[in-house]
Amino acid sequence: MANMAQAIRMALHIGETELGVKDVFGEDVGPPLGGVFTCTQGIKCAWNSPLDERGIIGCALGLALAGQRPVAEIQFADYIFNTIDLLKLCGNTRWVSNGQWPVQMVVMVPVGAGIHGSIYHSHSFESVMTHLQGWKIVIPSTPLDAFGLMLSAIKDPNPVMYLIPKALLRSRGEEKIPGEPEDPKELNTMIDAPLGDRSKWKPVWPKLKDPNMLLGKAKICLGGRDVSVITYGRMVFKCVEAAQKLKEQDNISVEVIDLRTLFPYDQEAIFDSVKKTGRVVVVNEDTEVTNYGEHILRRITEDCFYSLEAPPALLAGANVPGVGLAEPLEEASVPQTSYIIDTVRRVVKQS
Amino acid sequence: MPFSKEKQIKIHDLMVKARLLEERLIKMNKSGLGFFWIGGAGEEAFHVPLGMLIKKGEGLDYDFLHFHYRQSATLLTLGVEMIDVIRQMHNTAADPYSGGRNFVNHFAVKKWNVVNVTSPIEVQLATCIGTGVAHRRHGGEGITIVTGGDAGTAEGEFASALGWASRKDRELPILNIVTDNRYGISTPFAEVHCDRPIAERGRAFGIESATINGNDVAESYAAIEKAMAYVRKKRKPYLLEVKVSRLYGHSSASGANWVEGEVDGIVEFEKKLKNAKILGEDDFKKVREKYEQESIEAVKKVLKEPKPKPEVIFEHIFADRKDAEIPWPPWLKK
Ligand SMILES: Cc1ncc(C[n+]2csc(CCOP(=O)(O)OP(=O)(O)O)c2C)c(N)n1
Repeated sequence: MANMAQAIRMALHIGETELGVKDVFGEDVGPPLGGVFTCTQGIKCAWNSPLDERGIIGCALGLALAGQRPVAEIQFADYIFNTIDLLKLCGNTRWVSNGQWPVQMVVMVPVGAGIHGSIYHSHSFESVMTHLQGWKIVIPSTPLDAFGLMLSAIKDPNPVMYLIPKALLRSRGEEKIPGEPEDPKELNTMIDAPLGDRSKWKPVWPKLKDPNMLLGKAKICLGGRDVSVITYGRMVFKCVEAAQKLKEQDNISVEVIDLRTLFPYDQEAIFDSVKKTGRVVVVNEDTEVTNYGEHILRRITEDCFYSLEAPPALLAGANVPGVGLAEPLEEASVPQTSYIIDTVRRVVKQS
Repeated sequence: MPFSKEKQIKIHDLMVKARLLEERLIKMNKSGLGFFWIGGAGEEAFHVPLGMLIKKGEGLDYDFLHFHYRQSATLLTLGVEMIDVIRQMHNTAADPYSGGRNFVNHFAVKKWNVVNVTSPIEVQLATCIGTGVAHRRHGGEGITIVTGGDAGTAEGEFASALGWASRKDRELPILNIVTDNRYGISTPFAEVHCDRPIAERGRAFGIESATINGNDVAESYAAIEKAMAYVRKKRKPYLLEVKVSRLYGHSSASGANWVEGEVDGIVEFEKKLKNAKILGEDDFKKVREKYEQESIEAVKKVLKEPKPKPEVIFEHIFADRKDAEIPWPPWLKK
């Protein structure tokens, strides 16, 4: 089974061979490295940009204006903050030109904690990003979703921000990508670059099928009756783990929803679930003040108020400047499974 | 003059047209018919020749244009109608560049590769990299042209544009124009720059460059021709620093009043046309009257046109409007 980095790579390969992508670029994205997380290894149109994030976003916008369908990478979300006004520009170009200038482009960027990345390799970006209009924003939690969402992002005629939960890049999912080899080792030999000299290496790509995922659709990871947990990215696994424990220990039936697209978000899936369970916890790892989850909670509170049986809750990162390196610091900064269990329990017991 | 009598008459005509338009826009602002004015009075002697030499059209066979907000003269030369600029000034629904969303002189004309003129200073120096990359790959004679001001060169994007365009064996066909009017808003050139021409910064990147008097039509025309020939054929960048005037100050925010002591490129050109007996005072007067009249008629017409409907704020955010409709503000009808 493919890991998430391989899934992204395979989607980019389809992008360049079938969907008109001519540029996959960013810092260390081209050969020999193929990206610091190897997401662009073996991609023929991948190239190394100067170390200049503003130049990267500007270049992507210009390529899009020239009709080129670029995929640009910012190496870590921690280094995307100096591009905010250029991201705004990408998002407002169609609008301010009264529809004249479409901007079809993808920016991918690793986000979040979980790899002992300390202050500058652990930032989340969704709360800032969802404040920039005109972008679709996706965040996969499984290799299959990573594959399908990347293809849909490339095909989408709008700017798409593709957030990669970096701690999941080596994770393998339970669902296979249609067409991938049974044995993950076989896939590794096909598409992972060898160590040492790579100048003569060529990947052998499996023939894969595009699952044609719709952007804007959430996924119910686990059906449940008592409480809805709405989450995305790295927290999906922690929430599922928490749900399983709550089932075993307290016989609480938790519904876990993976939003997958943060904008436009799947209002229907969220409201349906909350109306069914009457209780909700939103979970993410971004800092909690003016957190994206607060918007989701506000919508739930306003629109589903009379279905609620307990005060809804947000479980998010502590409001501190960064995620500290030492384990106790990281654990104190971003939600852990035990905090999810405690929060869900509290919401379920309240009436 | 290195070009024909007819061409000189045409250039003069367009320069005056641009000036009259800008003066009309200023009057509109002062009489409450437009919220804000910023524009190009004092840059016509450069921007008309630029417009004439642009390879105009849509797509990579043609020039991509990342312009500053002082290029009405270039746009008029390309063929925009005065009335459309006045529509943007009065932010009517029929404003073809932004549908009433943006300030005047913030053009966007897809059919001629004019990408949005933007407010944030110098972001176009980042965006131009992308059309430059696309032009390099595409080949042919189309180039990317980008314009920014002198103060704007302090932004990081100016260095970005020079750096990306000059990578060895990856050079980009970008004509990078700096219009130097010696000020930011109020901050003088000397408080921002070292005592060397901006064009010299090209040298550090191995980029050909020149500094010219943008108030001189012939000098401008020749310099643009030379720079363009180089960029089109060699597929490499060129940095052109152009000294221009700012005849009505920075914008309406600083009053938009006539500034004494600045060189006026139109006056200079008219002296030459008179000396060469190509045109005389009567001709000058006629041209002025023609465009004065056109601008007045245009304003009259535009004043009767509707403003955009409130619901359109949700149009063109995404290709499919539905993607923008959640959440929806309660005060707005759907
Ligand atoms: C990034 C940014 N900072 C500040 C401003 C406010 N501002 C508008 S114009 C201007 C001065 C620009 O000077 P220059 O680049 O020389 O261009 P000019 O207007 O003189 O043609 C400033 C500071 C802005 N629009 N964008």
